Amino acid sequence: MAFVEAGRKVFVANRNELAVGLGKKVEIEGRELALFMQEDGSVRILDNKCPHKGGPLSEGIVSGNYVYCPLHDWKICMKTGSAQGGDQGNVACFTVEVEGDDIYVFI
Amino acid sequence: MNKEKVVLIGNGMAGIRTLEEIIKREPNRFQFTVFGAEPHPNYNRILLSSVLQGDSSVSDIVLNDYDWYERNQIELFTGDAVVRVDCRKKEVWSASGIKRTYDRLIFATGSDPFMLPLPGAEKEGVIAFRNIADCESMINAAKSYQKAVVIGGGLLGLEAARGLLNLKMDVDVIHIADHLMDRQLDSDAGKMLKAELEQQGMQFHLNKKTVKINGHKRVKGISFSDQTSIKADLVVMAVGIRPNVQLAKQSGLKVNQAIVVNDYMETSEEDVYAVGECAEHRGIVYGLVAPLYEQGKVLAEHICTNTSNEVSGYKGSIVSTKLKVSGINVFSAGAFRDQDETKSIRIHDEFAGVYKKLVVKNNQVVGAVLFGDTNDANRILSLIRSGEDISAISKAALFPSETNDSSPSVVATMADEETICGCNGVSKGEIVCAIKEQGLSTVAEIRQCTNASRSCGGCKPEVAELLALTTGTDIMAKPEPLCGCTELTHEAVVASIREMGLSYVREVMSVLGWKSEEGCSKCRPALNYYLGLISPLDYTDDAHSRFVNERVHANIQKDGTFSVVPRMYGGVTNPEQLRKIADVAEKYNVPLLKVTGGQRIDLLGVEKEKLPNVWRDLGMRSGYAYGKTLRTVKTCVGEDFCRFGTQDSVSLGIEIEKKYEGLNTPHKVKMAVSACPRNCAESGIKDVGIVGVEGAWEIYVGGNGGVDLRSAELLCKVATNEEVMETISAFLQYYREQATYLERTSHWIERVGLESIKKVIFDDSIERAALIERMEMALSRHKDPWTEIVESEEKQQQLFEKKKIAVKQGGGM
Repeated sequence: MAFVEAGRKVFVANRNELAVGLGKKVEIEGRELALFMQEDGSVRILDNKCPHKGGPLSEGIVSGNYVYCPLHDWKICMKTGSAQGGDQGNVACFTVEVEGDDIYVFI
Repeated sequence: MNKEKVVLIGNGMAGIRTLEEIIKREPNRFQFTVFGAEPHPNYNRILLSSVLQGDSSVSDIVLNDYDWYERNQIELFTGDAVVRVDCRKKEVWSASGIKRTYDRLIFATGSDPFMLPLPGAEKEGVIAFRNIADCESMINAAKSYQKAVVIGGGLLGLEAARGLLNLKMDVDVIHIADHLMDRQLDSDAGKMLKAELEQQGMQFHLNKKTVKINGHKRVKGISFSDQTSIKADLVVMAVGIRPNVQLAKQSGLKVNQAIVVNDYMETSEEDVYAVGECAEHRGIVYGLVAPLYEQGKVLAEHICTNTSNEVSGYKGSIVSTKLKVSGINVFSAGAFRDQDETKSIRIHDEFAGVYKKLVVKNNQVVGAVLFGDTNDANRILSLIRSGEDISAISKAALFPSETNDSSPSVVATMADEETICGCNGVSKGEIVCAIKEQGLSTVAEIRQCTNASRSCGGCKPEVAELLALTTGTDIMAKPEPLCGCTELTHEAVVASIREMGLSYVREVMSVLGWKSEEGCSKCRPALNYYLGLISPLDYTDDAHSRFVNERVHANIQKDGTFSVVPRMYGGVTNPEQLRKIADVAEKYNVPLLKVTGGQRIDLLGVEKEKLPNVWRDLGMRSGYAYGKTLRTVKTCVGEDFCRFGTQDSVSLGIEIEKKYEGLNTPHKVKMAVSACPRNCAESGIKDVGIVGVEGAWEIYVGGNGGVDLRSAELLCKVATNEEVMETISAFLQYYREQATYLERTSHWIERVGLESIKKVIFDDSIERAALIERMEMALSRHKDPWTEIVESEEKQQQLFEKKKIAVKQGGGM
């Protein structure tokens, strides 16, 4: 697990800006985050950087709780941030809070 | 708390494997420092021959890249050898002056090639075959020189010779004994090997002793003890290796042939260990990879548990060898030579080129040689290891591949600790565990999870068998499933979609019982393709199942930026287009403008959010340089300008490119039109290549200029442009329908055979017409994606918008 300890609560997006199955890149103070909305409406937020070579995860193919990095197809679990299969590494996951249609991240 | 310091001298396979084993057991206990004399991260030395033979690149054989060292917080010094060790103060110094203290020190200094001390051995062009630099110097020599001589007809010498043949050199192999690989083979197998290799183009000089290397500055030839001599521009010495023990000797370690170690890899000095080719255990120095890995494991256990009696220790290894030369299967293990006290069981089929010998002593198998058919290798190795009494075992059980009976499986009888993959030291137990715990269902998944069969691939059959045994399915009899989410093959999935009239990706998954509800990055793009192929008019493309390139219609680069390649039909452009491209490049600060191999202009390094504006400003159509579709049609200048051109290749190229632009295909499709057999457009290595000859066009198919270089084959010769178009339509549509997703035409043709394709597209006029019609239907749906995106604000927002959030000081919002 690679959860980043909660800091400030920051508004990142409105739910209608996200589409299920497509990542969204949001930049906060120079840090790139990848936002993913699931079918059940929950939202996952990770650092937009594959632990392998820093590929932008927001551009990856999304399958359920996993996203496949567009550069070398690493499979990353959005719940834990950890690489799957034989690959090793973690990407930071952030705590998310959804209030109505507003999505907040603790950063 | 200070971590225990482990210093490793040598960045090779044995040492790094030891660290891997330690980290597996104790991820955080130690602080590691590694010194390596070579300027590379840890690589798979046994695969150097495949780099030389052109099957792999240097980066393919890297076992642990720099990231791995970083992830495990290992301090690494490459290109910096250790020059001094003080065992009393527990300090080491490197050549560049770096000093480190250690709690434990591991020598894994490996070995150096043995260079025969011949007069002239110092001349330019005389090299060994041991590391990446040697490989590179052979590749370079092949560019300017013709005649290579390899001294040494052993394993390494023959692999080097095969590589030099691949580099188009003439190769002579000199060997001092009367048969090849005399350390591994008996004379019968050695003779068969010689005959096979002669067929491949090697020339042999057996029973020859080299006495002198001739030439002034650079080698010109070599002379033998029998007064004869031959010419040579390059001499590769592959006569053996010599443990690298100089540093150990200087440091006061006890050294015989190599550094003397006990069963726990301890040297004569306290807290100093040795593993690999520099170590001598019970009088034996091993030069093969599997024993090194076994030693690494024992040492790791010893270091982690701290007490010797908790670990069983190293008892020595039974060595086995395989020759890595394509098309030749050679295996040898244990004490393979006939002796007075041994008897042997032999099968020698001179017609089939198969030779098998088991050497038996006191009813136990002690050694073996297999030539031509090495399927029984693992079975035999396990017999040697177990020391089983074979007096009651039938011959069929000794050589299972000689019979068609379903004799007891070799892997089934193996113990869990036994190694399946010698290259990466993966045991049967580890593989079974991974299959069960992670629900693996293909060899590829096992390779990814455990590293088994990642290197030479020789153990793939055993891995597959183990998978079959563990999951209870007969995977050998069954082709690979579409992906890990299903048991079904591509063909079965396509058939089900057709029969059941399935129309969405998710529907296919749920109806056909996908193991994961959401699929993966392999099956989703494939299903999306198959659905579009089957119902071209009704199916709505699923953008979510497309790789990012095809979703945003640009090529993702390693830094996350994209490249844009506007369509230039047939590679033809005009001042207006060039001006536009130049203006856009300037306006958006495009970092690199490059002409592609397919005669187009690539604008590289564009940020994603700028893509819609770049396209709007260009006002050109998409070049599809990113998709599983027609890429480009390359052309030569043809009859209008070229003095050899017999046909108008430019017009035909443009016509073809316009017609098939945007067509979805199983993999990328590249085409070319040349106006004469000089083939300036490189039609011979394209999926479809057209060559103009006097009064006709020749159509070639199945060429590939990529990783699996392959010449295209002649499909037919036709007279008119109409016939060219019809033939391409029939061929491409048949490829679209018959090939599996991600199968290039070259692989498809090799799988099904060109004749079977010709039969359908030429001999069956009804099917030909139907194929052409279905092609027209598919083409009718094409829209330029750039136009669509530029016109749709919704698409721009969803796919391209970059969101930036400024946070107020003091937190919150």
